[in-house]
Amino acid sequence: MSQGNGNGKLTMKDFKTDQEVRWCPGCGDYAILAAMQSFMPELGIERERTVFVSGIGCAARFPYYMNTYGMHSIHGRAPAIATGLATSRQDLSVWVVTGDGDALSIGGNHLIHALRRNVNLKILLFNNRIYGLTKGQYSPTSELGKVTKSTPMGSLDWPFNPLSLAIGAEATFVARAIDTDKAGTTAVLRAAAEHRGSAFVEIFQNCPIFNDDAFDYVRDDKEGVNRIMLRSGDPIVWGADDEKALRQRSDGSIEICAAGDPGVLVHDAAAEGPSLAFALSRVTQETHGGTPVGVFRDVVRPVYDDLMAGQIAEATETRGVGDLAALLHSGETWTID
Amino acid sequence: MAKPVEQLSQVIVRFAGDSGDGMQLTGSQFTSETALLGNDISTLPDFPAEIRAPAGSLPGVSGFQLHFADHDILTPGDAPNVLVAMNPAALKTNIKDLPKGGTLIVNADAFNDRNLQKAGYPTNPLEDGSLDEFQVHAVPLTSLTVGALKDIEGVTSREAERSKNMFALGLMSWLYGRSVDATVDFLNAKFGARRPEIAAANIKALQAGYAFGETTESFAVTYEVKPAKLAPGTYRNITGNQALSYGLLAASKLSGLPLFLGAYPITPASAILEELAGYKHFGVRTFQAEDEIAAVGAAVGAAFGGALGVSTSAGPGIVLKAETVGLAMMLELPLVICDIQRAGPSTGMPTKPEQGDLLLVLFGRNSESPVPVVAAMSPSDCFNAAIEACRIAVKYRTPVYLLSDAYLANGSEPWLLPDVSQLAEIPVGFATAPNSDGEFLPYLRDEQTLARPWAVPGTPGLEHRVGGLEKEDRTGNISYDPDNHDLMTRLRAQKVAGIAGDIPKLEVDDPDGDADVLVLGWGGTYGPIAAGCRRVRNTGRKVAHAHLRHLNPFPRNTAEVLHRYDRVLVPEMNLGQLLKLVRAEFLVDAVGYNRVTGLPLRAAEVAAAIEALVDG
Repeated sequence: MSQGNGNGKLTMKDFKTDQEVRWCPGCGDYAILAAMQSFMPELGIERERTVFVSGIGCAARFPYYMNTYGMHSIHGRAPAIATGLATSRQDLSVWVVTGDGDALSIGGNHLIHALRRNVNLKILLFNNRIYGLTKGQYSPTSELGKVTKSTPMGSLDWPFNPLSLAIGAEATFVARAIDTDKAGTTAVLRAAAEHRGSAFVEIFQNCPIFNDDAFDYVRDDKEGVNRIMLRSGDPIVWGADDEKALRQRSDGSIEICAAGDPGVLVHDAAAEGPSLAFALSRVTQETHGGTPVGVFRDVVRPVYDDLMAGQIAEATETRGVGDLAALLHSGETWTID
Repeated sequence: MAKPVEQLSQVIVRFAGDSGDGMQLTGSQFTSETALLGNDISTLPDFPAEIRAPAGSLPGVSGFQLHFADHDILTPGDAPNVLVAMNPAALKTNIKDLPKGGTLIVNADAFNDRNLQKAGYPTNPLEDGSLDEFQVHAVPLTSLTVGALKDIEGVTSREAERSKNMFALGLMSWLYGRSVDATVDFLNAKFGARRPEIAAANIKALQAGYAFGETTESFAVTYEVKPAKLAPGTYRNITGNQALSYGLLAASKLSGLPLFLGAYPITPASAILEELAGYKHFGVRTFQAEDEIAAVGAAVGAAFGGALGVSTSAGPGIVLKAETVGLAMMLELPLVICDIQRAGPSTGMPTKPEQGDLLLVLFGRNSESPVPVVAAMSPSDCFNAAIEACRIAVKYRTPVYLLSDAYLANGSEPWLLPDVSQLAEIPVGFATAPNSDGEFLPYLRDEQTLARPWAVPGTPGLEHRVGGLEKEDRTGNISYDPDNHDLMTRLRAQKVAGIAGDIPKLEVDDPDGDADVLVLGWGGTYGPIAAGCRRVRNTGRKVAHAHLRHLNPFPRNTAEVLHRYDRVLVPEMNLGQLLKLVRAEFLVDAVGYNRVTGLPLRAAEVAAAIEALVDG
């Protein structure tokens, strides 16, 4: 069992397992796994203190390939299971790997509650806008009218915007990355890891079998004409020559303007209110011709597991460590000789 | 002026009123006073699911029955000797249970036209002679209470009226020679700081009721029930949910594992969540989840991290947890799921007991998914049952179902407090090092228990992955190999079946050893079945009684016990679930006695069923 490169530092290799990776050739999951394995050593957290928890779906196989502690659980429940783990073990770095069906359909309730509680979890949603493991039914992020095996005349349901949902669910950290963009993904993962509390990261992930090329507009965007990179403190501009920009209308929604126009938005992920992050989450390829990538929101709020540990410490401080015998004899007792 | 005192060996009192009348509080305070006097007691709260059903209506009636005696008793009693009815609706719904000659105390003020109409009485039963066969005491409780409180400042007339339950309690306390001191302390503690005038009003009402008994000519005698000769030791009165909570705390101490409770509020299990939330200084983490699924999921997550993971619920929540219990069975992690059974199906009758979930917890999961099942037999026994469930879960790395029910949960009895230092430790034995030639194999089993190692995150070198997919023997790697699946399915079954060697044999209560009929029960029917057997034996007939605490696996001598008797009767608060198992597992032609009324079985009906079988 390899334990680092000899000078005590872990390498990417230390995070690989002996299990054969069983995703389809060309699956975006490979790139995300590679990014994660190469990024983990940077984190400086021991492998034994790192736990990956997943639900069901293609993405959910992820823990088997990370040489840390891991649990491949049941469909949609990973945020709930990870909540119990993170809440009882503050010393761990707990990651949830999920997909659009797992997190937003069967597990939607657990996702929103984990986010509002601000449990110390890093939730990575691999969004391929399709059900892969069940072979190609539409998902809750598929576009309206999507023709799939289960929707031969086109899907009828309006899709979720995962980032809007997370922000609406009171998430304190919300970001987006693209599977093939290793540098961008790594930067977002690092920011998520550094955020204490729930971090929600949507990763555009290509499914070459059932929904190929769904994100080509940003994955293959070598010129950077479609990616809108969000950097706190910088004006939000993009385009081949950074000629386009975003600005807010009086109703809070966002419109495109020229980079030289007055009122160009300066990104502020730490803005206390969620309005700006929400407005940015509504900027899409379909509506604005560009797709924001990076950290949308990163704010500090009390963390559920810290609050719970605090109550335990406070109760122990004021009442002393619980004494079972004294507890049983509390209340009204009587003695028979 | 002292009135004559009549000695009684036992009394069954039932308080009944509107759900807003405070009958549960009145009953539980009368219970406290009675327990402190040293009587043996058994209580049965019986209330509607609605918090405040329309005032004066029949569905809104809430009752509390208390059986107290100078000897050991087993049940809250079949029928009351004394009925306290606070309004016509309470009279209407309860009078059928009062035997002829029984004592009836009613709040005469509440028998007005409006309330009589709501209860469906065409004429006033206090005046039409229909209650002639009872000893009726029509006391104007409301007006006497309001009169007694007229000098207390800051109390509205509505609040004064609401103190009438304390007047009734005072009167009953006088009638049975109970001291009201404990109730005075209780009222001061409950209201003293926030609303001292409310405390004063309630105490005044209580004392006025007591004094009324002394002075009124309506009551000629008072009664005394001497202390019961119970085993020596220190006692307290305890409900099943409280005892279960203490049992979980004890198991946490005995194992050294921090307790993590995931729960979603549900009747009648919520009291466990509320109780344990108050013990953070025991290191308890209580997590009120977004739903039943998350509640048990979080408990599994905590168990993976090395906590004593517990989830509490009732039938409608248990069905939602099935998926996660199956996962825990596959992960082979310790987990305790408490099912405080209530009458069903679907939403059913949330506040009423039933034993309807036995087959659900045994078989309600996909595929071959064995889970041990432990059932509590009485309110105080919930303590021991909880420790036993945790012991099995930890030792065998398995989810365990703990069954209680709404009667055990809310009912109470005196509890001989155990010596905590004598409780057996629960060894955990976390894995700390590789177990196979420098490698860690997460499914390499203990040869004796077949339990797998429990390696928790934070342990260097033992990093491993678990999951719901079938896994290879020893390594735990994903495997779809046909023979491996057959092997693993059998190993999981064998592990649970093997627990039979680690639980006590089934004991039989057969005083002469020559009965022909065996009564086999399980869980919360212990009291009425044992009481029924006593009655049968008092008639000179012979009957044996065995009661199952473990429903999976059964005690190893169960077959031998069953085959020792000519006939076997299985009384249950369901339509024959244990009966099915007994017939299927042991090829015994047992017969059932089955009632699903939402009330505990009655000793008399169990006795009649036994006698029919003995004589038949």
